[in-house]
Amino acid sequence: MELLHKIFIAFTQTVLDVAPIIILLVFFHYIVLRKPIRNLKRVLVGLGYIITGLALFLVGLEQALFPLGEVMAKQLTDPSFIGGNITGTLSWQDYYWVYLFAAAIGFSTTIAEPSLIAVAMKASEISGGAVSTWGLRLAVATGVAASIALGAFRIITGTPLHIYMIVGYLIVIAQTFFAPKWLVPLAYDSGGVTTSTVTVPLVTALGLGLASTVPGRSVLIDGFGLIALASLFPMITVMGYAQLSEWLAGKQNEDTNKNKKGG
Amino acid sequence: MFRYLLDSLRDLAPIILVIAFFQIVVLQQPFPYPEKILIGLAAVVVGLALFIQGLNLSLFPVGEGMAEAFARKGSVFWLILFAFSLGFGTTVAEPALIAVSAEAAKVTASAGLIANSQDALNSYATGLRYTVAISVGLSLIVGVIRILKGWPVQYLIIGGYIVIVILTQFAPREIIGVAYDSGGVTTSTITVPLVTALGIGLSTVIQGRNPMVDGFGLIALASLFPIGFVLIYGMIM
Repeated sequence: MELLHKIFIAFTQTVLDVAPIIILLVFFHYIVLRKPIRNLKRVLVGLGYIITGLALFLVGLEQALFPLGEVMAKQLTDPSFIGGNITGTLSWQDYYWVYLFAAAIGFSTTIAEPSLIAVAMKASEISGGAVSTWGLRLAVATGVAASIALGAFRIITGTPLHIYMIVGYLIVIAQTFFAPKWLVPLAYDSGGVTTSTVTVPLVTALGLGLASTVPGRSVLIDGFGLIALASLFPMITVMGYAQLSEWLAGKQNEDTNKNKKGG
Repeated sequence: MFRYLLDSLRDLAPIILVIAFFQIVVLQQPFPYPEKILIGLAAVVVGLALFIQGLNLSLFPVGEGMAEAFARKGSVFWLILFAFSLGFGTTVAEPALIAVSAEAAKVTASAGLIANSQDALNSYATGLRYTVAISVGLSLIVGVIRILKGWPVQYLIIGGYIVIVILTQFAPREIIGVAYDSGGVTTSTITVPLVTALGIGLSTVIQGRNPMVDGFGLIALASLFPIGFVLIYGMIM
């Protein structure tokens, strides 16, 4: 019964979230464009799927994954779990389980992120398969994994966020000049889509857990910043992935050319 | 439908494995309330499958259809108004943004930059929320104009980075983390597919535009603008 109640609340919340978008679409379609929505019945069924799907998704996450993940983040960052050396002081190397957890949770939540699935589907369709759905998703997930682990390191060592961001920007700018031009806009977009429904709550819990247990950190100042890094790194890995596959393809062509000449 | 379920089970497998590994191997603890977890997981799998199917039935075709209709109507004014309302409307009520702005108000109050009273906190948080929502609206206007004109997105993004780096030097230290994070939280699960469809739809219909090169980039701008605007908000307040 309690579960049904929660689903009902989540359903109402999702309807409220979607309502402004529906009002906007209806207004522009019927008042401004004066054109009925094509396949209205199909669209309505689809909207029903989206709202129900999102509500179930959120309730399920709150029931099953978020409480566990949050407790886990707290336990892993607890100084009594981390131990440390004889003098009782902790150095940044003692947090190895935290880095591993940060990377693993960043990777796995990104694979499950619905908005990334949506963009990957579109990208694969538009590029005629040149960008594979899984290639993009894995590249983005790798980027998020690296960023959350680095973000954990940043909180533990207390280094300022903007230095990481500025270095990241410089790498992105440098890569932009060398990456295949047609992929750059998609790579930029993949930075923004990574952090939503699944990733944000778990990553925030990790950040707050770290900032509240590491001595000398303030939850309010150091707890922020993980999301920012997670929106930056996927650009680097997606462009890197494109550069790597282009380089591999080029090498393969060279090889086949050589073979042709040889034969 | 069965295929969608299978897909979403596979999408969620990594997260289940990660949680199970850390719970059993690293922390060496049993799962509390296992039946609740199983029911929750089932809901997540079914929910994701429904959502993806719903995207293909509604948000994708509607977004592309609208882009096409706007291009045929040929009215830049209405297109720009649509872009702004889409960005503003979907952001202002975003739960993640409401949470972040409340948190940001506390940070600022603790630093003594604003009064630590409920009124001051609320008005600061609301102001921040509207700042972010307006900046997302503006970013979509810039993004749409960019598609119409065929400007390469990288110049806008790199220019934006430079502005942000300069602003960072002058913004109060407490606001920097919040500002950089606000870029990531604005793009929600429903906004992303719609905005993507809008960009791709526009660049497919307009002659001389390539959907791959010109269609993407709206989300990137929508994640960049809020950073700059929140930094400025932090300096003014």
